[in-house]
Amino acid sequence: MASKIVSLKVNGKIEELVVSALMTLQDVLRDTLDYTSVKEGCRQGGCGSCSVIVDGELRLSCLTPIQEVDGSEVTTLEGLNQSNSITALQNQFVEKYAAQCGFCTPGMMVAIKALLDSNPNPDREEIVEALAGNICRCTGYLPIIEAVESVVAEMSGASGE
Amino acid sequence: MAIKDLKIVGQPVRLRDLDTHVTGETVYYEDVRVPRLLHLKMHRSTYSHAKILNIDTAEAKSSPGVVCVLTHEDLPGKKKFNALAGVGVGPEDESVLAFEKVRWKGESVVAVIAETPAQAEAAAAKVKVDYEELPVVLGIDEALKDGAPVITAHWPNNHYIFPENHRAAQVRFGDVEKAFAEADHIVEDSYETQPIEQAPIETNGCIAVPVGENRITVYSNTQGLQFSLDTTAGILDIPTSKLRFIGGTVGGGFGGKVDMQVEPITTLAAMRTGRPVKFKYTREEEMRVSSSRSAWRVVIKDGVMNDGRIIARKITTYQDSGAYLRFSSYGGMKHCGHMPGPYTIPNVWIDSIVVFTNRAPSNAMRGFGVMAGSFALEVQMDTIAETIGMDPWELRLINAYREGDMKSHQKEVEDAGMVETILTAAKLAGKQLPEAFQNMSSFDQKAG
Repeated sequence: MASKIVSLKVNGKIEELVVSALMTLQDVLRDTLDYTSVKEGCRQGGCGSCSVIVDGELRLSCLTPIQEVDGSEVTTLEGLNQSNSITALQNQFVEKYAAQCGFCTPGMMVAIKALLDSNPNPDREEIVEALAGNICRCTGYLPIIEAVESVVAEMSGASGE
Repeated sequence: MAIKDLKIVGQPVRLRDLDTHVTGETVYYEDVRVPRLLHLKMHRSTYSHAKILNIDTAEAKSSPGVVCVLTHEDLPGKKKFNALAGVGVGPEDESVLAFEKVRWKGESVVAVIAETPAQAEAAAAKVKVDYEELPVVLGIDEALKDGAPVITAHWPNNHYIFPENHRAAQVRFGDVEKAFAEADHIVEDSYETQPIEQAPIETNGCIAVPVGENRITVYSNTQGLQFSLDTTAGILDIPTSKLRFIGGTVGGGFGGKVDMQVEPITTLAAMRTGRPVKFKYTREEEMRVSSSRSAWRVVIKDGVMNDGRIIARKITTYQDSGAYLRFSSYGGMKHCGHMPGPYTIPNVWIDSIVVFTNRAPSNAMRGFGVMAGSFALEVQMDTIAETIGMDPWELRLINAYREGDMKSHQKEVEDAGMVETILTAAKLAGKQLPEAFQNMSSFDQKAG
């Protein structure tokens, strides 16, 4: 199959890559670029553990053909760590015991970040809706939802509402 | 030790790796980076029960990217294993790669190792196996019928034979038949549970890396690292000192990662190729191939007095082990230890039978041997309450074990807390109990 060169900006860094037609964004992020926070739970769009942000939108990297995102800006949890933009959320996850085995956690983090970027003040229903594509088998969803609610409360407190 | 002296129970305890879970820095087996990694895919049985007539790997071997193809003939050591053999469970009945017969649809037959997962998968599909189909047994009743097709020669009646030639793991305590004759009521019922997939988000897998001097380091997400190491050494016929297993970081297990199916074959592949090899179940394999919780049938007959005392309980349990033993005899024995529930009953009879069928082998899942038992027992308790016209809370409080009682498996109750647990639950549920019941404790004498 014909190879092609694609260019991506991943976590702020420009990457030029030779890719084959059937490669997914997940293959490139995990295996070529070693962003191991991008987990592979199902490779069929069912679990949300591979969630990343592409040009500001939440995407399942396992269902995204790499050639479709040529020229895009991609953010993984590693990128969010660099920018310290989710420290408050991470603290709340720890505080509320919102992770056990931790395998779904990076995908959860990214999905929540995408939610808060587009809607800084979501209600419980909106939080549940935003996490509907991310499966957790250990903790149950309650501590995760409560962690997000706490961050939302903190944020609105800080902005003086 | 009294409950008030406990330092951890009742306190939240923070996971040690929680801080790296939330940053994505926790290293699962698959996050280990090794150069020149090969990938293993399995050619699996397409029949539930069939004789293997011929295995043809020629086309697979010449398929693009293929480095190595392994069949049962390549297994250097033990041809059959059971992961618990080291603690005395047997006979060993399962092979890492099938020979002579396949006993369930999905059984491993040929391992193909290639440069990429896609190449390994394409080549595995090119393996040709000639089968002669055999009659299939898919349920407990079918398996135990006279003249049923025999799945494994060790067990001519399709049930496990426990030590001393017993058909079942057994408990015999008092005399149930005599007590049934004296009972005011007999309450009988049968309960069934279905197989359940544990479905961890991270599927079963490992990476085996040659590190020189014929030594292999294996990164695995197994839930039983020492059993995986032991099993692998036995199948490869090498001392355990040649192997280093690294694990403990498991992306969800729930009992679904104790099969020891991936490590032995991946380690053999790494030894044969001299290169690191990864074997990771696809989601489909995780659902269809990795073992599920067993299906159980629990048949209960109780003798009950008008005042609520259960004076006899007779239980026959059937556990569908699927095609191989794995941990089922252990689960069946644990089941015996759990039954007849958290109650003191003076006459108990238990037979816990492990049945073989041509289904995917089952194995542990949270509360192995216990959950199906508790489900059956507690529905049975409600049925008893209804039958004799007694409040179900009161029935349980009357029968709950007390400190010092003798359990049916000949162990004295220590640190009893059942009565207090029920009373706390009643309070939380807003259940009003008569004063005599509110004043009960694990340290008082039972009503009878």
